[in-house]
Amino acid sequence: MNPWMLYLVWPLIKFLIAFVIVQVIVAAMNWIERRVLGLIQARLGPNRVGPWGLLQIVADPIKFLLKEDIVPSSAEKIAYFLGPMLPLVPAFIVFCLIPFGPPPTFAVTHTNVGLLLILALTSTGVYGIILGGWASNNKYSLMGGLRSAAQMVSYEVPFGLSIVGVLMLCGSLDLVHIINYQAHHVWNVFPQLIAAFIFFVSMNAENNRTPFDLPEAESELVAGYHTEYSAMKFAFFMLAEYSAMLVNCCLMVSLFLGGWTLAIGGYGLTTATLKSMGFMGGLLGTVIFVVKVMTFMMIYIWFRATFPRFRFDQLMDLGWKWMIPLALINIFVTGIVVLAAPEMIINGSVVPVGETILAVAGAATVALTLFLIMKPRAHAPKVIHASRVSEA
Amino acid sequence: MSTLTKFSAIPYTGPAPTNRNPYIPSDVAVHDARGAALAEKLQHAAMQQETGQDLPTFIVEKSAIVNVLTVLRDHPELRFTMPLDCWGVDYPRREKRFDVLYQLYSLQNNERVRLKVMVGEDESIDSGINVFKGLDWFEREVWDMFGIRFDGHPNLRRILTHEAFQGHPLRKDYDPAQRWLLTEKDVAQLTPVIDDRFKDVDTDFERVTLNLGPSHPATHGTLRIVVTLDGETIIGADQEIGYLHRCFEKMSETHTYQQVIPFTDRLNYCSAIINNVGYCLTVEKLLGIEAPARAQHVRLMLSEFMRIADHLVCIGTNLVDMGALTNFWYLFQPREEIYGLIEACCGARLLPSYLRIGGLAVDVPTDFLQNAQRLVDMIPKYIDDVEKLVDRNKVFLDRVVGVAPISPEDAIAYGFTGPCLRACGVPFDVRKSNPYIGYETYDFDVPIAEGGDTYARYLVRMEEMRQSLRILQQAIDRGLPEGPVMVDNPYVALPPKEKVYNEMESLIYHFKLIMHGIQPPVGEAYFQVEGGNGELGFHVVSDGTKNPYRVRVRPPCFAIYQAFGKMITGQTIPDAVAALGSLNIIAGELDH
Amino acid sequence: MEQLTASMPLIVFVMIGTVAVASSILVVAMRNPVHSALFLLLTFLCVAVLFVMQKAEFVGAVQVLVYAGGIMVLFLFVVMLINVRHLPDERVLSNFWKGGFLVGLAVFALFVTMVRPGVYHDENPNKSKLSTVRDRVAINSTKNPGRLGHKRITRHNVNSEAVANALYTDYLVPFEVASLFLLVAMIGAIVIGKRELSAVEEETAPDYMLARVETEREIKEAMSA
Repeated sequence: MNPWMLYLVWPLIKFLIAFVIVQVIVAAMNWIERRVLGLIQARLGPNRVGPWGLLQIVADPIKFLLKEDIVPSSAEKIAYFLGPMLPLVPAFIVFCLIPFGPPPTFAVTHTNVGLLLILALTSTGVYGIILGGWASNNKYSLMGGLRSAAQMVSYEVPFGLSIVGVLMLCGSLDLVHIINYQAHHVWNVFPQLIAAFIFFVSMNAENNRTPFDLPEAESELVAGYHTEYSAMKFAFFMLAEYSAMLVNCCLMVSLFLGGWTLAIGGYGLTTATLKSMGFMGGLLGTVIFVVKVMTFMMIYIWFRATFPRFRFDQLMDLGWKWMIPLALINIFVTGIVVLAAPEMIINGSVVPVGETILAVAGAATVALTLFLIMKPRAHAPKVIHASRVSEA
Repeated sequence: MSTLTKFSAIPYTGPAPTNRNPYIPSDVAVHDARGAALAEKLQHAAMQQETGQDLPTFIVEKSAIVNVLTVLRDHPELRFTMPLDCWGVDYPRREKRFDVLYQLYSLQNNERVRLKVMVGEDESIDSGINVFKGLDWFEREVWDMFGIRFDGHPNLRRILTHEAFQGHPLRKDYDPAQRWLLTEKDVAQLTPVIDDRFKDVDTDFERVTLNLGPSHPATHGTLRIVVTLDGETIIGADQEIGYLHRCFEKMSETHTYQQVIPFTDRLNYCSAIINNVGYCLTVEKLLGIEAPARAQHVRLMLSEFMRIADHLVCIGTNLVDMGALTNFWYLFQPREEIYGLIEACCGARLLPSYLRIGGLAVDVPTDFLQNAQRLVDMIPKYIDDVEKLVDRNKVFLDRVVGVAPISPEDAIAYGFTGPCLRACGVPFDVRKSNPYIGYETYDFDVPIAEGGDTYARYLVRMEEMRQSLRILQQAIDRGLPEGPVMVDNPYVALPPKEKVYNEMESLIYHFKLIMHGIQPPVGEAYFQVEGGNGELGFHVVSDGTKNPYRVRVRPPCFAIYQAFGKMITGQTIPDAVAALGSLNIIAGELDH
Repeated sequence: MEQLTASMPLIVFVMIGTVAVASSILVVAMRNPVHSALFLLLTFLCVAVLFVMQKAEFVGAVQVLVYAGGIMVLFLFVVMLINVRHLPDERVLSNFWKGGFLVGLAVFALFVTMVRPGVYHDENPNKSKLSTVRDRVAINSTKNPGRLGHKRITRHNVNSEAVANALYTDYLVPFEVASLFLLVAMIGAIVIGKRELSAVEEETAPDYMLARVETEREIKEAMSA
């Protein structure tokens, strides 16, 4: 094939398709989030525009486009303009690197350090928030930007470290390989239970979602870094946030939940099975992938409806004193297990001894943690009844 | 074809409250005796007992006021440790035209005392701020409203009105129709005093002064808190109020007694009916009448519903401030239902103005008790839901336990009342200490908690809602007493329309009441109820005309909010936000 | 067409290289530290692209991840903490600009003489260390045709493995020494940067913390002496 077609035109077309679908999902997420939140919070959510309020997806962008774009007179103009734009770029490019279905048809590009590139790109998403917060020339915005910078840099560490265990098991930075590996062994969420947990918490923190939404904590910082933004610029921040959420969910699914496959130990819908079904098989894989991703998007919303917000020092404590040591221990244990318990191949089928050990250890740790957390606190004040005021 | 029914003219035989006689409280002998006993114990030369008042009252010489306050506070048998209120009254024709009144409360003896100091036009009075910290803002308010200087007050600025405001509005010679052009540039630049604890701390970071409010999502109203930050730690805080000042007290002086009721709604708009109850009971006390049993019963039930609604709002918004969004809707659902009940009674929801002096505006609907029972059955579920969501939630506990604590001593000295005081472990509840409208006949507990932190306040409010439900259940079980909901007193209550159309006497009463209003006897009365935030006191002075001479409201928030700066110093901004929500500062009440 | 395809890398290199050089000059030329930081970010990104063009994807990605994603964010954090909005009108060039210019020129000359075509170009790939690693890997992977599950460590990431091999075998000692230095620097920074406990903290702090503060103070005094 003509190299131009192979390396430029086809990827571009595929990227555009993925981009459009992703943007539709992002726009729909807004509606879904509000409806689901409404469901959880015993209220309705948007239900006026179109059937079930579905046209809200269209109405919101129109409103954003028509609103006045206010630039504060004391703002640093260039940085203020760059603020909402910068996070969009990595958020969109990343979709080139995510395999939504069996490659090559359903992945835009396929590189053997895909995971690393994704991490690198998402790590630059913080600039928009920092710049926006700084350029607005507003103390609340600045505090939001600062909080965000510290939070993202801190949680990048457990975010990255939690992946290392997966990499050691799968031995590759290639997402396609990692997914195939899981299909032929077991979903990484079992042997890497703690890593999956850390990854999930960190990705919540990376996305500034409740309970980690300190950079935009309404009640404290008004709206944090986007206090001064209006109209489409504000929408860009939202777009970038939801895109980043989607990317992180894709990563979660690819790394820990077998991506587009639905198989264990090589049985079930593996890549090979899907490929043998032709294009429809690929489509099926994509659907499986999207369903898994949407599940995690729902968990995001569920989190938002359930948890109060952390305080900043508590957030840092959690990141540095709990998540990072836990991730390091996880790497250490995984390393030992990988070296000590190599795979056994009995009768031609893989017996994941190491994975089993890790899964049991992880489950035990999680159970212990839950037990410790749920233990009633000793110093909690108790309500005392005074039947008569004069008694006391 | 309609037939007019002729009502027989039943002449009114009860006592006529008129403006000719001075007001004598019904239990005046008790108060005079207590006052005499106090005077005997104290043997203070500067204190002179004033008899015939509704509280043990002393006229204190101006120069000795600080001494008297100290003696009252420190006397081992009396221990008047809690400064409930300090306010002024203006009598322009008198030689010394102002009265500065203090009201102190003794937790030890469950006793109140009122002090009166007469101050001339250009005179100043010694500040009692070193005796009671809580007098700070009250004295500022007296200065703002009457122009009475307090010597030794460290921060005697205007508090409710604008910095550039001219004159002192509650003086009788102040023309309320005046207009001032007040601009933003005249607003005082607040620079918080950095707390002593942080003065010697050298820091590498620049200290930032941040303005929280007057329009900030966490303030739930127009409050302004200026904080100096070191990183995110608050090292100095100052709070400014008055953005919602609507001259409640001045407006009351130009309206008739009944017309004041809608203004009281707007004090603590989260529990409007309790304000109505407080005001109506005060005027009824002045009139020497009592509302019928049915009206009192409804008043009590609606008060308790309103207390629940108030606490629901407080906890709901407090949790929203901490990011726990869902609880807000869980808690606002029963609140809406409570408003539905009130709507069924009088057609209004948030600001019902349902009460009248002498009873209720209209009778409750026939299904009132059934609806009340439905609510009482329903509300615990919502409270339980929220408790399940947050009570053992590690994130929530980390945010509230130990946050913005205040010691019981400080709380008392600042004049805390209500849930915020009880969260410090001080069992003070007006419903128990000075029962009214039959609270003494109900079986309920006063919850107190230890610690005085945000968590304790949350716990106390949660438990208080349950106790209110207990009271309500008992009230429903007793059933509504039969009878009218308005006193049968033509000097207070309008005769029914049928009578007005058919009887000459009723028509005259109607005319008199509409044209001349209620005219209580000359005198003053103070009455307090337990509002959502604490003791809500009204002091009404009557000069025998149809308009109150002076209406003083003691908003519980006012005393609580002045301690806020101290409470949040050393905490972080998220803590301050959480603490502010837990104090339930209602700007309408705070700013009168 | 064929020509264009062949010369594509060169075109991209020239474009990216120009941007990299221009932005790195702007880093020092900009008056506003935030703008400088942004141009530094641009430089990092361009360099990352250059790495990728040299088939060193791993280094490129790490460049972005560590420098752009981590270090520059911290730079910005600090820059934003000090208020840089109102800068005094200072001279753009410092008094030492002549000396600085000379030193820069000398370094440039050094680079030009050292890094010229052919010096680091592998004439014979078998002699270069990285190449030997690649060879070894190639031999390994031909020996074990990548059946899934057969071997945990597959030989996909030639690139990252080459870096790892170089770091942990040939350059182990310098690597460890460097990390030790960094650790010492970090501890030093924490000790110096730690502020004294305030009165309220001293009241509430547990004993072990006070002991630690005492130790830190001693270290500080020792360092200043």
